[in-house]
Amino acid sequence: MLLVFVLAPLVLILGYSFFQRGRFGGVVFNFSFDNFARLIDPLYVNVIMTSVGMGLVVTILALALGYPTALAIVRLSPKWRTIALVAVLLPFWTNFLVRTYAWILLLNNAGWINQALQGMGVIHEPLTMLYTPQAVAIGLLYMYLPLMILPLYSSLASQDAQLVEAATNLGASPWRVFRTVTFPMSIPGVLTGCVFVFVPAMSNFVIPELLGGGKTVLIGNLIRDQFLKARDWPFGAALALVLTLLLIALLVAQQRASKRLTDGPEERKVSSRA
Amino acid sequence: MRSKIIPLLVVATFATTALTSCAGATTSSALDPSADVTKQTLVVSNWAGYYPEGLAADFEAATGIKITIVNHATNEEIMGKLTTGADSGIDVAFVSGQYAQALNEAGLLQPMEKSMIPNEKNLYTEATTLSYDMGNNYSIPYAWGTTGLCYRSDLMPTAPTSWNDLLNPAPELVGKTTMLSTERWMALPALKAMGMSVNSTNPDDLAKVKTQLLTTKKTLLAFDDTTFYSKLISGESVMAEAWDGWCNYGIAEDPNIKFVVPSEGSDLWVDTMTVLKSSQNKEAAMAFVNYILEAKTQAWVAENILYKVPNEAAMKLVDPAVLASYPNLTMTPAELLKQETVIDLGEFSPQYTKLATEVMAG
Amino acid sequence: MRKSRLAKFPLWLTYTFLYVPILVVVIMSFNASKNLFVWRGFSLEWYPAVFADGAIMTGLQNTLIVATSVTILATAIGTLMAVGIHRYTRGGLIRAFAIAPALLPDLLMAVGLLSLFSLLSMTLGLYSVIIAHTTFAMAFVTAIVLARLANLDPSLEEASRDLGASAARTFWRVTLPQLAPGMIAGALLSFTLSLDEFVIAFFTTSPTSPTLPIAIYSMVRFGVTPEINALATMLLLVSVLTVIGAQRLTRITDSL
Repeated sequence: MLLVFVLAPLVLILGYSFFQRGRFGGVVFNFSFDNFARLIDPLYVNVIMTSVGMGLVVTILALALGYPTALAIVRLSPKWRTIALVAVLLPFWTNFLVRTYAWILLLNNAGWINQALQGMGVIHEPLTMLYTPQAVAIGLLYMYLPLMILPLYSSLASQDAQLVEAATNLGASPWRVFRTVTFPMSIPGVLTGCVFVFVPAMSNFVIPELLGGGKTVLIGNLIRDQFLKARDWPFGAALALVLTLLLIALLVAQQRASKRLTDGPEERKVSSRA
Repeated sequence: MRSKIIPLLVVATFATTALTSCAGATTSSALDPSADVTKQTLVVSNWAGYYPEGLAADFEAATGIKITIVNHATNEEIMGKLTTGADSGIDVAFVSGQYAQALNEAGLLQPMEKSMIPNEKNLYTEATTLSYDMGNNYSIPYAWGTTGLCYRSDLMPTAPTSWNDLLNPAPELVGKTTMLSTERWMALPALKAMGMSVNSTNPDDLAKVKTQLLTTKKTLLAFDDTTFYSKLISGESVMAEAWDGWCNYGIAEDPNIKFVVPSEGSDLWVDTMTVLKSSQNKEAAMAFVNYILEAKTQAWVAENILYKVPNEAAMKLVDPAVLASYPNLTMTPAELLKQETVIDLGEFSPQYTKLATEVMAG
Repeated sequence: MRKSRLAKFPLWLTYTFLYVPILVVVIMSFNASKNLFVWRGFSLEWYPAVFADGAIMTGLQNTLIVATSVTILATAIGTLMAVGIHRYTRGGLIRAFAIAPALLPDLLMAVGLLSLFSLLSMTLGLYSVIIAHTTFAMAFVTAIVLARLANLDPSLEEASRDLGASAARTFWRVTLPQLAPGMIAGALLSFTLSLDEFVIAFFTTSPTSPTLPIAIYSMVRFGVTPEINALATMLLLVSVLTVIGAQRLTRITDSL
């Protein structure tokens, strides 16, 4: 039953990718690979490359900010852990458009950040921050940071505290404990978090529009435009299929890597040392 | 288990679309003028804030028909929902003219039963011969207007008169202008500036538009469909390609904001009411369309939403003070009709979407 | 001491990043101007306006029903799926399929689910939104619980069974408590995602039962209004109070 609700919509939509758009929208059942041929257009290849690049930047930033945060949360007392965790998510209980508009107010030329910086005399001319790819990256990072922190927390919290203690007692420096015990054991969480951030960052279409001023196009915008604007479902489905294949490949790679790294020699070395 | 499900679903895929394509043929039924409409319940989908607040209660009191009014944000959204083939549960949908045309082509619309809409006589005659639906067979106009330049007269050295003032702006305006991001309106200024039709289906025209827009893009603050008038109020931008009604929201906050239709001409857009063929309450739906066409209902729209309405009787009721504050409300039907009516371009439509992508990603 | 302060620095950095925009929202909820981009003095008028707005109140109610149901369903099913996958499968493909719905473009899920619902001749309503949201939320739960399972020590379960506990008892007493942090993280995430989901909800609900994001989306055609900021501020306040209350409660029960 569950498989039906998960797989059926997927199969339905992906089936469309082999058909054609009707004159005024809708789907005409002419089997063809035309939609995939259209994908090879440098325009779409370019957009896909931009999306992958943006996805990577956002994922790296999220990991750089999220990992130390998750680690700090795990090291809080159990009472504070839950509070800290909820505090990560609370901002997301306000509507996402509301939050995005708040960024517009912060980033624009006469915005709060520019005014603060000018007030402090740090800068004299306003910095152009809004309607740039950087603004899109900030917006996406803001949107998806919790998707990095939660899996990291889940995976770090499951670590045996005794292991860290033992390593420390045996004289290992904190950095060494982190490098040889904590980090290797958190790799499943790191990989899950990375996939959770990378993929949605590419398929978001509102942030590129509002914070990028429509000057940055990601694969999410393309898919939305095909489904809703051009009413070209078959081509939209073909685009989505590419994204889905990319996604499945990533997930399989993630599972493999996580398995190899946790079952691999690294851990055995660690546990024998501990 | 999965091996059995997938072939089943492939069959199902065909079935859905087969259903979608013949939905029109199976559910169409003749209207019964003597039907007891008070037993029917209506669901109407309109743009948020685009109708009087007490509309539902007033309509119910006047006709005895129970009604729920729901909101959509954009044409694209409601189209997406209406065209999946599922029963949307919506009886009357407000969409722009070219979208009504596409819905009708897809066989989703019920022809208007004119005998049940006597108030159609309130419409300007110009509003009955619009090219997306000559004679208003399946759609009735609700509001109309055009696209032009909305600008800060106090921050511009000279008032703009041409689309070229936006496309190739003076150096001091660089980084201070915005354009609409919806594909047809993104192309409009360049098409008109080069003397082409807003409904052009000539690939060469679009290629020229693309070259122009890629140059223009470097001078723009942003492509913006929703908050362009806010940017004008805050002074972040000084000139925007804008729909007349939305420019009025800017004028309401700052009288220095002005609207002009560039000399090269522009478009005529129409927001319409349509009745879905899948509706089980078609008689009540017709009664609703008729109710909206009453002069006082549409006069409210003009006065409060600040959009022009194609209703002659209603426009006569509008407070002269409002007309004086928002000069573009006084554009006559004849002036509007000089502009080109936007129509759906059928299989050429994706070319415009592609153009918009090329410009925005370029 | 020095070390712990250093370790807490990223915490402050992250919370600053997360809460500065929220501060903007709170401040702008007191703006007298209807326009978000212009400050026209202090006003409290938007707070009563929220309660008077029927669309917002119905939307809020619907959204809470959906988000709560989704959280319960997704956490239960997602955890079971994770345990099943962890125990009985080796290959990565089934895992990938179980997690994929979390990451598929929302529009694809929306259009696909609507096509499916119409195929099954289901009448749309809140329950169809619940089903739709559960499909992606449970995938998040599965993924997070799986990440936790990867580090668990199977010897505990073995020990429990060796000591004569039934499989069900072992699951309840040994496996579940170990999974709790993952389940809590997954449940919180499910609730958060469902609460604010727009695209899928728009397509799979009936027009007469809109969720809060749908109500808000249609209102921001002209930009975010202070009324919506006021709503956001109040929701935030209620959430904070609930969290503090829950914390007090556990402290009391702990001390007993």
